[in-house]
Amino acid sequence: MGDFSDFLQYTVQGLAAGGFYALAALGLAVIFGALGVVNFAHGAFYMLGAVGSAVLLDVIGLPFWGALVVIPILMFIFGIIVELLLVQWLLKLDILYNFLLTFGLSLVLVDLVKREYGVSGLPYEQPAGLEGLIHVGSVSIPIYQLFVFVFSLAVCFLVWLVLTKTRVGMIVRAATEEPERARALGINVGMWVTPVFGFGVALAGLAGVLAAPFRAITANMGSSFIIILFAIVVIGGLGSILGAVVGGFLVGLVEAYGQGYYGTFAQVLIFVLMAVVILVRPAGLFGRKEAV
Amino acid sequence: MTDLKELPVTFDPIALDNGARRARLIRRSILGLIALVAVLGLPWWVYPPVAVDIAAWALFAISIDLLLGFTGLLSFGHAAFWGVSAYTTGVIAVELGVPFPVAIVGGTIGAMILALPIGYLAARRAGIYFAMVTLAFAQMIYFIANQWKDVTGGENGLQGVPKNFFGIELVETEAFYFYYVAIVIIALGAFIAWRIVNSPFGRVLISIRDNPARARALGYDVERYKIIVFVLSAGIAGLAGGVFAISHGFVSLQELDWTTSGKVVLMTVLGGMGTIWGGPVGAAVIVLLEDRLATSGFDGIGIITGSIFVICVLLFRKGIWGTAVSLWERASKAIATRRR
Repeated sequence: MGDFSDFLQYTVQGLAAGGFYALAALGLAVIFGALGVVNFAHGAFYMLGAVGSAVLLDVIGLPFWGALVVIPILMFIFGIIVELLLVQWLLKLDILYNFLLTFGLSLVLVDLVKREYGVSGLPYEQPAGLEGLIHVGSVSIPIYQLFVFVFSLAVCFLVWLVLTKTRVGMIVRAATEEPERARALGINVGMWVTPVFGFGVALAGLAGVLAAPFRAITANMGSSFIIILFAIVVIGGLGSILGAVVGGFLVGLVEAYGQGYYGTFAQVLIFVLMAVVILVRPAGLFGRKEAV
Repeated sequence: MTDLKELPVTFDPIALDNGARRARLIRRSILGLIALVAVLGLPWWVYPPVAVDIAAWALFAISIDLLLGFTGLLSFGHAAFWGVSAYTTGVIAVELGVPFPVAIVGGTIGAMILALPIGYLAARRAGIYFAMVTLAFAQMIYFIANQWKDVTGGENGLQGVPKNFFGIELVETEAFYFYYVAIVIIALGAFIAWRIVNSPFGRVLISIRDNPARARALGYDVERYKIIVFVLSAGIAGLAGGVFAISHGFVSLQELDWTTSGKVVLMTVLGGMGTIWGGPVGAAVIVLLEDRLATSGFDGIGIITGSIFVICVLLFRKGIWGTAVSLWERASKAIATRRR
């Protein structure tokens, strides 16, 4: 039975990581869906969320629960500034230009943080009330991971609900999916694009806050993370919210099983999964088939 | 792909009359002479190892332009081919002790073999997906190299790569002479790229860049063309990576990092996409800038290169070479109309 309880343990870990990945990939999907921008700086925004939490704790003693509210608001404002200053000028051009622009931006952000806070990790403690483990049979679950899982899923569900069931969501979808028709119906399309970008950035920042207590907080923490996010959206289908969530869980599980059974080669398995998906369904699991 | 269409379609010889053809020949000869002096004189003006760096990155940037500028494909994982060739070249040179040009050929072949499956998978996707897929597979190679310590040395890197030139051991102090051997290899790679672009095959690539659906309708197997140009481009990147490895006598994981992929794309964009010669100009600017910043003790190179990237993409999309060419054309057109 030992093997089976190992398997359960890895599954629990994979699901917890998957929820977290889904939340981070969701921001990428929302931004792509609304603006047609593949945001390379998403990893850097995630890093800013985590570093920001550590700095707020250090400077004004703001605890985790406060950061969970404050950081997304700050990142929302930051995202709006980035959109207005940089991203919007390239929206009409080939999609590659904004990809390159956000790549350049992420280099700047990472090095600015590196200069300010060095390369060693910033300290962050477990948030009050979420320490310890729960034991279910032979499986032990860190309470904090369980919290991240539930919280991430709740946010993903909320975003889905807002986009599909509310009036604002309908306007946003109309403005982003059929801008011409939306304009004809009197919707100010340009007005909606900027806050949606800000919202996607806020989601990246939120993922950063969640990461602060259990990952090393460094300037470089976003650089391998963004590659995993790209793998997730390639697997799920770019721009699809369901794709981001399912892709997030698939990658979380593959990574957890990989780490459990194969040790350090786990990361490679993610890309093997990606290769298999591209072979079977080039547009991703939930992606719309685009003209090649 | 709307905006990439603004890139120049290299040339159309049939449309030129004899006078214009002669004028172009003279212009090209002058430009060629200037380029020759610049290339051969480089190690006299800059520190020779830096001159080799410029040459290697220049060829690497050309390999990107072959894909991005001429085929409309952004590879964001070309560090995989540069790096794998660097490691392969290094391992061959260390283990077999063969002359370094032979080791570099080995590295190049290694890069091309790796490019085949990656190109096959990436070619199934266009545009931004192509970039993400190449980036992700390059990262996979990075992980493998990081783990495979027996061969790559892991975090420590592969050290003590010899500069064995057919029995003559070129040591560090002879970097000046090494440059002149290396530049022959680099020039060969650049010539191959130039031949590819100015061939019927290259015309098909441009038509794929401008309108893939039309190219398909004309009966071209677009996917196969993409895979072939991807492998060729990887080979050219590999040639550059091999020279880089021999020059430094050392290969580190940095060569496989995605920031390396980004840096070479920056060079191409800064120099000018779709021009072949823009990449080398961009490479020279970035390598010299990084050298200056490093020697001055500035530790935020990413802030500068990232800002250049942002400014370039926002305001300066034709790049240095592309802007120079269009200014030149405008000037010569103005002179021609005044003469009439």
